[in-house]
Amino acid sequence: MDISFTPEDLAFRDEVRAFFAESYDAELQSRLASHEPQVFKQAVVEWQKRLHTKGWIAPDWPVEYGGTGWSATWQFIYETERGLAGVRNVVPFGLKMVGHVIYTFGTQAQKDRFLPAILASDEWWCQGYSEPGSGSDLASLKTRAVRDGDDYVVTGAKIWTTYAHLADWIFCLVRTSTEGKKQEGISFLLIDMKSPGVKVNPIASIDNYHSLNEVEFNDVRVPVANRIGEQDKGWTYAKALLAHERTAIAEVADSKRGLSHIRQLAAAEVNGGKSLMADPIFQSRVSDIEIELMALEFTELRVLAAVASGGTPGAESSLLKIKGTELQQAVQALAMEVAAYYQGVLPNALTAEQLGHSFGSKARQSFMYGRAATIYGGSNEVQKNIIAKAVLGL
Amino acid sequence: MNFEFTQEQVMLRDSVARFIQDDYSFDERQRIAQSDTAMSAEHWSTFAELGWLSIPFAEEHGGFGGSAVDVMLVMEQLGRGLVLEPYLATTLLFGGLLQNGGSAALQAEYIPQIIEGKCQGAFAYLERQSRYELADVLTSASAVDGGYRLDGEKVVVFNGANADHVIVSARTSGQQSEESGISLFLLSMNSPGVEKLGYRMMDGQLVANLVMKSVVVPAANRVGELDQGFALMQAVVMQATMAVAAEALGIMEQLNAKTLEYTRTRKQFGVTIGSFQALQHRMVDTFMACEQTRSLLYRAVCALTDGNEDPAATVHALKVMVDRAGKLVFGEAIQLHGGMGITDELDIGHYAKRLMMINTTFGNGDFHQARFNALRYNTYNE
Ligand SMILES: Cc1cc2nc3c(=O)[nH]c(=O)nc-3n(C[C@H](O)[C@H](O)[C@H](O)COP(=O)(O)OP(=O)(O)OC[C@H]3O[C@@H](n4cnc5c(N)ncnc54)[C@H](O)[C@@H]3O)c2cc1C
Repeated sequence: MDISFTPEDLAFRDEVRAFFAESYDAELQSRLASHEPQVFKQAVVEWQKRLHTKGWIAPDWPVEYGGTGWSATWQFIYETERGLAGVRNVVPFGLKMVGHVIYTFGTQAQKDRFLPAILASDEWWCQGYSEPGSGSDLASLKTRAVRDGDDYVVTGAKIWTTYAHLADWIFCLVRTSTEGKKQEGISFLLIDMKSPGVKVNPIASIDNYHSLNEVEFNDVRVPVANRIGEQDKGWTYAKALLAHERTAIAEVADSKRGLSHIRQLAAAEVNGGKSLMADPIFQSRVSDIEIELMALEFTELRVLAAVASGGTPGAESSLLKIKGTELQQAVQALAMEVAAYYQGVLPNALTAEQLGHSFGSKARQSFMYGRAATIYGGSNEVQKNIIAKAVLGL
Repeated sequence: MNFEFTQEQVMLRDSVARFIQDDYSFDERQRIAQSDTAMSAEHWSTFAELGWLSIPFAEEHGGFGGSAVDVMLVMEQLGRGLVLEPYLATTLLFGGLLQNGGSAALQAEYIPQIIEGKCQGAFAYLERQSRYELADVLTSASAVDGGYRLDGEKVVVFNGANADHVIVSARTSGQQSEESGISLFLLSMNSPGVEKLGYRMMDGQLVANLVMKSVVVPAANRVGELDQGFALMQAVVMQATMAVAAEALGIMEQLNAKTLEYTRTRKQFGVTIGSFQALQHRMVDTFMACEQTRSLLYRAVCALTDGNEDPAATVHALKVMVDRAGKLVFGEAIQLHGGMGITDELDIGHYAKRLMMINTTFGNGDFHQARFNALRYNTYNE
C-alpha cells in the first residue's frame, strides 16, 4: 500500500495547477456563465482551444489519435486539479463519447474526417440515444433507418438531446432490424444536423436554462459511409461508450471544491454573532458529506490502480457513478441551505447589491439541474440493478 | 378522542377544493405566475366572496372566528392547487398581527377591508443579516413628534410588491439580536421614504425588498406594546408556520399522487415501472413520510388550540418533519419521473420549488431542530 506521488508526478501537478490559474481567467469565466447560447458556446470553444493548443484536450485518448498518453495517475492528477480549480469539464459528446467510438470502431476515412475537428472543437456533437418511449430501456428504441442505395432514410424522434441546438453533428442509435433480440437490430449513425428533415425543438427545464431538446427526423438521408462498424451491431459500440460515460460522471474533485466553497460561504453567514460554520448541526451536515468524499476519493484511486495494472474495474466503477452523483446532489443541497430564502431568487432579478445576496440563484440552478445526474448516464436505479446482478450475482 | 372534522369544516375544505378543481388548473396557475402582479385580483375577490378571507378574524370585525383547524384545511387545499394568491401574507401574517395585537382602532380600520378583499398586506421581518432569527433586527424606529421615524431595510417581503400596507419590525431599544426592544409598525407602502424593489421567486411569488429612509409613522400605527413586539410576532409566526406546514402537506400529497399515477402508466422493459419492487418501496417510503407529516400537523394544531402540550416544541418538530419529508417526497417525485421530471412544462418541478421555498420560510429544518433541542434537552447542557 503506497499512494505517494513521485517527484515527476508532483512536478506535473504543479504544471497543471499553474496552467489553470493562468489560462482559466475571470473574463472567460464570466462568458462561460452566460445565459446567451452563442456567447456560452463561443466561450467554451475558446477554452477548449486553449487546452488543445496546450496538448491537453484529450487526456484519455491514445497518443496516435491526438491524446496525451498520460498514465492513469496523471489522468487522476489532471482531473483532480481541474475539479479543485473549478475548471469546467469539456463538453463530453465529442471528446468523451463519440471520439472514443470513432477511433476504436471507425474506418480510416471516418477517423480522418471527424477526429481533428473534435480535438479542435471546430465541430460540436450531441448524443441521440434516448427516445420518448426508450429511456432506461434504451434497446427498445424505434427511430428507423431504412437502406436506400448508398443512403439510410431515418425517421423518428430523439429526446433529452443536450445541446442539439448548438450541435453540428449528432451520433444516433437507430433501428435497422426488428428481427431477433432488440439489441441486435441497432446501428450507430453519424448524422449532420444540417441535413434536410432534421428539426430541433427546445425543452425548457427546471433550472431555467435551455440545454435539452427534442430532435425530429423526417426522412433524413444519411450516407451509409456515416455508419460506424457493421449494420445491426451498433449496440456493442454504444455499450463500450457507456462505460466511459459512467466513470467520468463521478467528479469527486468538483464535489470537494463545492464543499470547500460551502465552508467559505457558511463561515461568512454571521447571525447573532455566530457564523453558520460554528453551528454544530451545520458542521455535521458538512462532515457527513466530507467523510463520504474522503472514502470515494480512495475508491476512485482503487479503480484507477486496477485499470493501470491491466484489470477491469468491477464493483467500484458502478459504485463511483452512484455515490459520485449522490454526493454532488448533497453538496448542491447544502449550498441551498446556506443561501436560505435567497435560493428562490431568479437569475437577473436584481443586482447582488440591491438584493443583499450573491449566490442564491446560482446555487438553485446547480441544485435543480443536478437532479438530473442520478437520471442520465443510466439512472442510479439501473446502476443498482447492474451491481445486484453483475457483482452480487442476484 | 376524534379526528373527524365538523360538517362546517368539511364544507369549507370542499369549497376550496372545488375552486381549485374548477378554476385553478395548472395552466391557469402558470398564466397567473407570469402576469405582472403574479396574482389574480379576480380570484382574490372570489376568496372574499366565499368567506375564506374572514376565517382567522373575530366575529366582532365581521370575521368567521375560525380555529387553527379551519386555517389548516384551507392551506392544505391551497397547497394542492399551488395557489399563488397571498393568503399567507395578507390574511395570516398582516391580518394575524392585527387580530392578535392591533389596537381597536387599527383592527376596526383594516380587518373589514381584508375580509372584503380590498386590502393587500405584508409583514416585513427579514433583514440582510437576519437569516431565520426573528429577533435579529437592525431597522430602527426612533420617537419623533407624534410618532416614530423608521430607517433600515427589509428583504424578501412576501407580497411586498402588491401590498397596500405593511407591518414592519423595528428596533425601539436594545441590541441587534435582543428579543426585547422590538416594536411593530403599520405603514402605507406609499409613505414618503419607502422604496420598494420587487422581484420574482422560483415559486412564482412576487416579493420585494423595502428600503426605508426617514419614514414617519404616527404613534397610533404601532401594533402591540412598545418594545414588546417580539412575543406578538413570535405567536403569529408560530401559527403561520403551522399554516405553511399544512400547505406543504397538500403539496406532498399531490406529488405522491402524481408520481404514483406516472409509475402506473410509464412503461419500460415491457412493464409499468410501478411493477419494479425497488420503486414500490420508495413510494411506500414517500407515502409514509406524508402520513407522518399529517399526524404531526394534527398534533401541532391540537397543541395550538387546546394547549395540552407545548405548542412551540410541537411546531418546531412539525417544521423539521416538513423539511425532511418534503425533500424526500419532491426528490423521489423528480427521480421517478426520469427526464420528464426535469422539464419545466410538467407541474412536478413547480410543486418542488414551492416546497423548497416553504422549507426556508420561518426557519429551515436545522433551525427548528436546534430550537427543539434547546427546549427539550437544555438540562443536559447544564
Ligand atoms: C438533463 C438530462 C440530460 C440528458 N442528456 C441526454 C443526451 O444528451 N442524449 C441522450 O440520448 N439522452 C440524454 N438524457 C436522457 C437520459 O439518458 C434518460 O433520461 C435516462 O436514460 C432515463 O430515461 P427516462 O427519462 O425515459 O426515464 P425512465 O426510463 O422512464 O425511468 C423512470 C424512472 O424509473 C426508473 N426505472 C426504470 N427502469 C427501472 C428498473 N428496471 N428498475 C428500477 N427502476 C427503474 C428510473 O430509474 C427512473 O427513476 C438526458 C437526461 C437528462 C435528465
